[in-house]
Amino acid sequence: MTQIPKELKYASTHEWARLEEDGTVTVGITDHAQDLLGDVVFVELPELGSEMSAGGEAGVVESVKAASDIYAPVSGVVVEINESLQDTPELVNSDPYHDGWFFRIKPSDASDLDDLLDAAGYQEACEEEH
Amino acid sequence: MGNRTPLYDAHIAARGKIVDFSGWDMPIHYGSQLDEHRVVREHAGVFDVSHMTIVDVTGADATRFLRRLLANDVARLVTTGKALYTAMLNEQGGVIDDLIVYLTDFGYRLVVNCGTREKDLSWIGQNASAFEVQIEERPELAMLAVQGPEAAAIVAQLSDGADEALLGLGNFYSLFWKGRMYCRTGYTGEDGFEVILPGSEAEGYWQALLAAGVKPCGLGARDTLRLEAGMNLYGSDMDESVSPLEAGMGWTIAWKPEERDFIGRAALETQRRVGHRLQVGLVLKERGVMRGHQRVDTAVGDGEITSGSFSPTLGVSIALARVPAKMEASSVRVDIRGKLYSVEVVKPPFVRQGKPLVSLD
Repeated sequence: MTQIPKELKYASTHEWARLEEDGTVTVGITDHAQDLLGDVVFVELPELGSEMSAGGEAGVVESVKAASDIYAPVSGVVVEINESLQDTPELVNSDPYHDGWFFRIKPSDASDLDDLLDAAGYQEACEEEH
Repeated sequence: MGNRTPLYDAHIAARGKIVDFSGWDMPIHYGSQLDEHRVVREHAGVFDVSHMTIVDVTGADATRFLRRLLANDVARLVTTGKALYTAMLNEQGGVIDDLIVYLTDFGYRLVVNCGTREKDLSWIGQNASAFEVQIEERPELAMLAVQGPEAAAIVAQLSDGADEALLGLGNFYSLFWKGRMYCRTGYTGEDGFEVILPGSEAEGYWQALLAAGVKPCGLGARDTLRLEAGMNLYGSDMDESVSPLEAGMGWTIAWKPEERDFIGRAALETQRRVGHRLQVGLVLKERGVMRGHQRVDTAVGDGEITSGSFSPTLGVSIALARVPAKMEASSVRVDIRGKLYSVEVVKPPFVRQGKPLVSLD
């Protein structure tokens, strides 16, 4: 079984979101998503300063097997991207919830987070896929 | 539940991730497809390919029959044990399947794809009726592909007495020893053996290989390895609507002697006269991955990617594509998710025996 940390919020499109102390939201893809994709070889991240809208396209993950879109779980401005994914995309596989994070958003409306799934809801969504 | 090979439990024990492959429950990887790919390029890996279909063709007319059935000419197999790669065509010159045929001391052994098993057996049976031949499928046999620069030495060492004979065996030769057939063939672009043995012995042999340091490798790595080696995958790179001339398999067609009337010959001769699409290799030097069915944009019309992936050895994406005849190699682009990327046109293979054959400058 793949990991679904309790303290995170989830989108049904397999992104996780973590509200940081400074009010920004860190985004990545779930353990379940990386497991489905297999070895990640490229990650295309949004540009710094770009405006995201919740549910909108925010990048692409390419694994050996397939390409998969990444969607922004909340609306806001991209304030940081994980540069290390450029050279070590395998971090997405080895540590999807920490070193394999994708980007950080300064949300325009923090209540967007309330529209996301909690761990139990995400687990249910994954099970329904099967 | 799909069909299972005698090694299914061994795959589970090795933490294989099982997927459906043409009705078979097969391991796609055992953790990391990239690691398995590298192990085959640098050391030795083992693939369970027992799902493949083994068919023995024997009888007084076996040679005459196969010279009619196959586009390559089994009369070229003059030494027992020698093998060749060939297409089996329909009358329109389309590829029904690609296969390896071995000359053995009992007749011929064919190894065909599992996804095409039923239509192959039906086509072979249908065409055999005018010949005195026996067609026998051998589902009780398992097949392990042991591949990589260290594979041959390990297979030899485990052979129980055939060490020297196996190490001296040439490419595309085979040897029977103590109930096992050792074939110096493969689908990875590396040295190695494909070993055909009774299914009841498969797990013991698998464990012996693992104990000797060979790593289990799944169908995912098999696909990226064969793509780097420029080898076709049936159903992706060719099918019944594609001739071997259009699939980079022209070298497998035995045109001489001219009087040999193999199935599909007339259609191929016409195609050769009037022109036909071509298979090329593509390399994308930017970030991005080419995938099957993407559109190839050329000055003389569209082509299509037939197989595309990330090349672990080269660190960039490579692909096989079918393009219009007379294409100019200079201005070829691939449509990846709505965006056109310039690509370099190369002649496959991309990698052979661990060495890149493509310059990445």
